[in-house]
Amino acid sequence: MNTLLEIKDLHVHFPIKSGVLQKTTGQVKALNGIDLNVKKGEILGIVGESGCGKSTLARSIVGLQKPTSGDILFEGNTYTDASAKELYELRRNMQMVFQDPYTSLNPRMKVSESIAAPLKAYKKTKNLESRVKELMELVGLNPDDHYNRLPHEFSGGQRQRIGIARAIALEPQLIVCDEPVSALDVSVQAQVINLFQDLQKKLDLTYVFIAHDLSVINHIADRVAVMYLGKVMERSNRDSFQTHAQHPYTNALLSAVPLPDPDKERARERIVLKGELPSPANPPSGCVFHTRCPKATEFCKTNIPVPEERGVPGQEVACFYPVGTEEKARITL
Amino acid sequence: MLEVNNLHVHLDTPAGLVKAVDGVSFRLEAGQTIGIVGESGSGKSVLAHSLTKLNPEPPATYPKGEILFEGENILTMDKKRLRNLRGKEIAMIFQDPMSSLNPVFKIGRQLMEAIQTHQKFSKKEAHQKAIELLIDVGISDPERRMQDYPHQFSGGMRQRVLIAIALAARPKLLIADEPTTALDVTIQAQIIELLKSIQKKYGTSIIMITHDLGVVANLADRILVMYAGKIVESGSTADIFYKTAMPYTWSLLRSIPRLDAGGTERLLHIEGHPPNLIHPPKGCNFHPRCPFARDACLQTDPPLSEHGTNHSAACILSKPEFDKEKQAVAERKGVLLS
Repeated sequence: MNTLLEIKDLHVHFPIKSGVLQKTTGQVKALNGIDLNVKKGEILGIVGESGCGKSTLARSIVGLQKPTSGDILFEGNTYTDASAKELYELRRNMQMVFQDPYTSLNPRMKVSESIAAPLKAYKKTKNLESRVKELMELVGLNPDDHYNRLPHEFSGGQRQRIGIARAIALEPQLIVCDEPVSALDVSVQAQVINLFQDLQKKLDLTYVFIAHDLSVINHIADRVAVMYLGKVMERSNRDSFQTHAQHPYTNALLSAVPLPDPDKERARERIVLKGELPSPANPPSGCVFHTRCPKATEFCKTNIPVPEERGVPGQEVACFYPVGTEEKARITL
Repeated sequence: MLEVNNLHVHLDTPAGLVKAVDGVSFRLEAGQTIGIVGESGSGKSVLAHSLTKLNPEPPATYPKGEILFEGENILTMDKKRLRNLRGKEIAMIFQDPMSSLNPVFKIGRQLMEAIQTHQKFSKKEAHQKAIELLIDVGISDPERRMQDYPHQFSGGMRQRVLIAIALAARPKLLIADEPTTALDVTIQAQIIELLKSIQKKYGTSIIMITHDLGVVANLADRILVMYAGKIVESGSTADIFYKTAMPYTWSLLRSIPRLDAGGTERLLHIEGHPPNLIHPPKGCNFHPRCPFARDACLQTDPPLSEHGTNHSAACILSKPEFDKEKQAVAERKGVLLS
């Protein structure tokens, strides 16, 4: 498989300004050296708690956020310093689906207008109406009934469908989905997840799928990256993500997710992490996870681990003391 | 300890009358945890607020039913008794820990106020008691943290403070309305463990309202599943998960992605979206979305009926009929049944 997107040592820092003169007094390191690549046709899942930088990563990928340093390449071409015109060309191939289906649609634009907007922006106005209707059918909306309606007439799930229709309108190669199902009701969430999977097969799409819900990521992603405080802690394939997770943080996350199964839920051992997420303005020294890690030693406070393969093929973990198989077996799911 | 009989709560909105709670009955024993599960708009929060009559009136009215707390009807209590009951005997914690605390007062003051409202304590005693409570809910360095304002606490810490305030008068019943929904999973796990340890220590009964089936699987002894203002299935946690008798519960359980599953199998999806309660569907509320629905479902609104010991479901299908059809439904939907 060819690499579609490559992220190399990406940093995004936001200045903290204070005082009357708005002097810069610090940096929030939202992304602090991210390396990732996305192959054509796969779904890369990115998971992490709030404040880990996953949304900043999504915004950087689609060019909405300029990186402080590092590089992002799409089909081998860098675009971190791209002009508006170059970004315009790029976005034909790269679209985004947002979290909140209520604020990501213009309340005064009819559904058909929202879906047609990207087509108009790229002057693909030939047979506009039939193309919009085709897109509506693809995402499970009724083109005859829904064509002229306004967003407020739709439920959350249907609005997310409109957002998806808009994102696939230009037949992009890559879609960046930032928490696309987390605002939806449980019974509606499955509809949208199934739709994402169906469209991927039908249209040969590649997704960067961001979510805080590990169950959703485990369900949809081919490969998973776990983020913590602006860094990638572990990268793994779906097959090994849950069963062979090596990073203590990944294991803590996995063990924290409540399972809809009372027997398993009561039998399992839970790793309860101490404390809270440190501030990204003042991240801990050494390994950023050491303040909450049950396995941390003095060594972790001063040395920064780099992601490397440690016995599980295709899985890279940034930890000096990865969780071994025996230890993992005790944290049964 | 708590007995709710045929409770109806209506909300009179400009758009029409919403039957937010439509004939709900259940019982809660001392020391027990009940989970109330439902999606947004199912009426679970209105039900929870009714238990201490906290729904704003208007728009809320209570046309029918009773809520007996230790034999006393909460709906007909006078204001003074009700005020004394809230916080002292029944306490509540809410989803959003930021808006439940007053941003301009220090944590210590808010906590001491809760203590002194219900118990005759001097300032010094209340201070000491506040420190004990903060230790109970796992806040380190409580003496210093009492001098902090809510904004200096993280979301998980604020929820701990609210639990401390709720526990101030040692209530017999704690109602938790989506207490972990706004929190990250690792923090959610901490709060769930905290609630369990408190229950063990003080024998508090808990009513846990949530949309997350995983949370109740861990915490609840019994589960009530709500849909469109009604309880559609109630039973022990094991019955609800392993002997599901109602199509909505069954579909819901199969529509959520599971971490312990391989991940590749397709999710069963429920068509459509939860109904509008101003114009609810005719017959069974779930029939427009129900993969098992038949003509009779349009005519009758099935009441809760027994499917086993202390296990009831609101469906016209008998358990054998339902079991027989599951396979066919799963095949039609393209999902595998484990």
